[in-house]
Amino acid sequence: MGDDAIRVAGLVKSFGPTRALDGLDLTVRTGEVHGFLGPNGSGKTTTIRVLLGLLRPDAGTARLLGGDPWADATALHRRLAYVPGDVTLWPNLSGGEVIDLLGRLRGGLDARRRSDLLERFDLDPRKKGRAYSKGNRQKVALVAALASNVELLLLDEPTAGLDPLMEDAFRQVIREEEGQGRTVLLSSHILAEVEALCDRVTIIRDGRAVEAGSLGDLRHLTRTTVEAELTDPPDGLAETPGVHNLTIHNGLVRFEVDGEALDPVVRRLAGYGVRSLLSQPPTLEELFLRHYGPRP
Amino acid sequence: MRGELVGTGALVRLILRRDRLVLPAWLVPVGLLPVGVTSSLAGVVPTEAARTQMARTMGTNTGFVALYGELRGSSIEAIAGWRLGFVPVVVAVIGLLMVIRHTRADEEVGRRDLLGSTVVGRHAPLAAALLATVAAMLALAGLVALGLIATGAPAAGSWALGAQFAAGGIAFAAVGAVAAQLTEGAGSARGIALSVLGAAFLLRSAGDVAGGWLSWLSWLSPLGWVVRLHPYGGDRWWVLGPILAFAVVLAALAAVLSARRDVGGGLFATRLGPAAAAAGLRTPVALAWRLQRGLVLGWVIGLAAIGLVFGAVAESVGDIVRDNPILAQALERFGGRARLVDTFLATVMGLVGLIAAGYAIQATLRLRYEETTGRAEPLLATAVGRVGWAASHLVFAALGPAMALAAAGLATGVVHGLNTGQVGREVPRTVGAALVQLPAVWVLAAFAVALYGLLPRAVPLTWGLLGGCLLLSLLGPLLRLNQSTMDLSPFTHVPRLPGAALTPTPLVWLAAAAAALALVGLAGLRRRDFPLG
Repeated sequence: MGDDAIRVAGLVKSFGPTRALDGLDLTVRTGEVHGFLGPNGSGKTTTIRVLLGLLRPDAGTARLLGGDPWADATALHRRLAYVPGDVTLWPNLSGGEVIDLLGRLRGGLDARRRSDLLERFDLDPRKKGRAYSKGNRQKVALVAALASNVELLLLDEPTAGLDPLMEDAFRQVIREEEGQGRTVLLSSHILAEVEALCDRVTIIRDGRAVEAGSLGDLRHLTRTTVEAELTDPPDGLAETPGVHNLTIHNGLVRFEVDGEALDPVVRRLAGYGVRSLLSQPPTLEELFLRHYGPRP
Repeated sequence: MRGELVGTGALVRLILRRDRLVLPAWLVPVGLLPVGVTSSLAGVVPTEAARTQMARTMGTNTGFVALYGELRGSSIEAIAGWRLGFVPVVVAVIGLLMVIRHTRADEEVGRRDLLGSTVVGRHAPLAAALLATVAAMLALAGLVALGLIATGAPAAGSWALGAQFAAGGIAFAAVGAVAAQLTEGAGSARGIALSVLGAAFLLRSAGDVAGGWLSWLSWLSPLGWVVRLHPYGGDRWWVLGPILAFAVVLAALAAVLSARRDVGGGLFATRLGPAAAAAGLRTPVALAWRLQRGLVLGWVIGLAAIGLVFGAVAESVGDIVRDNPILAQALERFGGRARLVDTFLATVMGLVGLIAAGYAIQATLRLRYEETTGRAEPLLATAVGRVGWAASHLVFAALGPAMALAAAGLATGVVHGLNTGQVGREVPRTVGAALVQLPAVWVLAAFAVALYGLLPRAVPLTWGLLGGCLLLSLLGPLLRLNQSTMDLSPFTHVPRLPGAALTPTPLVWLAAAAAALALVGLAGLRRRDFPLG
């Protein structure tokens, strides 16, 4: 308990024959921005729905802001805001009306923040629901959530339809929210966004968490790409433990090295006489693909 | 023109595939209904003399003329076909709903955009929707005709009856097609099309009852033409001409309108709304009012219109007595002219009650719609509980029909009262007769709530239940169904006001049943997953 805004352990949920969640563990500390990554159909939206008290799990426990998301749903909902993955609005209500309504049902909206956000996201609140494009519908849901004074934000692919300018505005706003001490659970496909915003990340696949930790920790587990111009030919380098996919092209030696093996490999490299050296840290994409793509 | 219809065949197949469960669900019961009624009726009036007598009694009953038009012929099939005169209206509703579902409703969900990016001509979706609906109607006609012929009915009349049902559906499928082009929302399109149907029904009804020089009113209405086909009583095939011409003209109009607007837009442009919500928009009930107020307004006006027209003709129901002093004397023993009028008003109020039940179910089904479109999800993520959210809509499912029934009763009472010069006496009687239908209306809505909480995917079955109640009310007395069968419908237990004694006991039981069903449904809603299915 204590410092965790969200604690989920061994969560299981089936829909008929499909096992959407298969023993999921997830911990989100208070005040952090936590990334939730996974391919389509891996159980991200199901998890968020369990946290919102919309679905009841078949097994496992879930604690949200110190309460039970199923039994204490209405009380807990005053302290959180949610942006769904697929926003449908009422066709006859304007965006401004939806924002105000959701804010009031939650317990209140900050008026100044509301108008500030409308400007930053470049959203016209007078348009009716049916007149908005997908991206603008999403902005309505975002403004409704971000303008309220809550402790926890549950965001399910909130920027999927936004253009790069809005994506940028979104990142700035989330940084501000974090600065205010809010906790954010951000489910996203946009790896650059997660890399830019999140302190810790949980990767989910087939209903289970396959990786969880800070980005720094996770990077440690994957490979650095090294490109070097060497004086002497790199004999024996390819066979060194931790070195993968060594190629030599126009005198340029290129390979990947496991995080743990980086130190001994660099020492060995120095032995060949290094004229130029380029190293790229592992990107979240490589990390991601390591779990979903074919194993390299 | 060719290029604009590319892909119509594929779309028709898609429609038939999407509706593969819905189509037989109504086609088969409606198609076989005439066979069932004819067979049962043959048992009720076995002799030629009895049939002639029945034809004469019913045919001159103004109440029946108002509902079904004039009766011609006195064979079993003629009487059965005439008493099934409500079926073309029901089929008309189905036809217009089907076309709107596959045009406007599709656009709303964005499916049209998905299709529009493939090789599909501009007019293909509209053409496909109309073709599929017409095909379904023709299948209905075939089923009706072949079923009746198989039991030995005259072939010409059987095909005429089938054509009568199909004609109602086809004419109003075209109305639905035009309505779909006029507005931006599927809901408004349905409202427009249903209003046209209601007006057509009232015109025909008023014209037929008024008789004499006013009967041309009935000729103004497509339903008036449909009724004048007179299956088994003359088989006037030529009336199909104007009906089909009507349908073709409207379909062409729909095509023209469709060409002039954008996909997703309507002819009436969307205006901008307010930048901030009004101070009152802060509770689930306030939102539910915004979403339900169109229905409330539409049904209050619609039922008031029905009350107005039937109130205007009520007094003339007693006129059959005026020209026949012997009959008048005979009827005096049973309450005389006033009794005839009261019986007519009671029948009208029963019908109005069934229509109000349709409204109540429609209002309740809004919950399912909000759930499946994902609109309720962000609401339930705020401090709104599921039961509170559901209750906010159910308030309107309970009170909306009450207001509509009151409006119908008021309109009937005022107009009838003006005719008899006794407004002060008639209004409370008719308003009471209308409001007394409420508990039965609530039972049907509560049934929908129970299904919604326990088995949400089965919620459309409630319409089948309403159909069953309609059949029992309209055909039960004709077929002399036994009391236990009749008791299955909540409307059987409603006192037949005005005229009968007002016994509160059945009403209390009905209200209690409604409350129990609703509670069961709400409890189920609390426990299940949301969204489900």
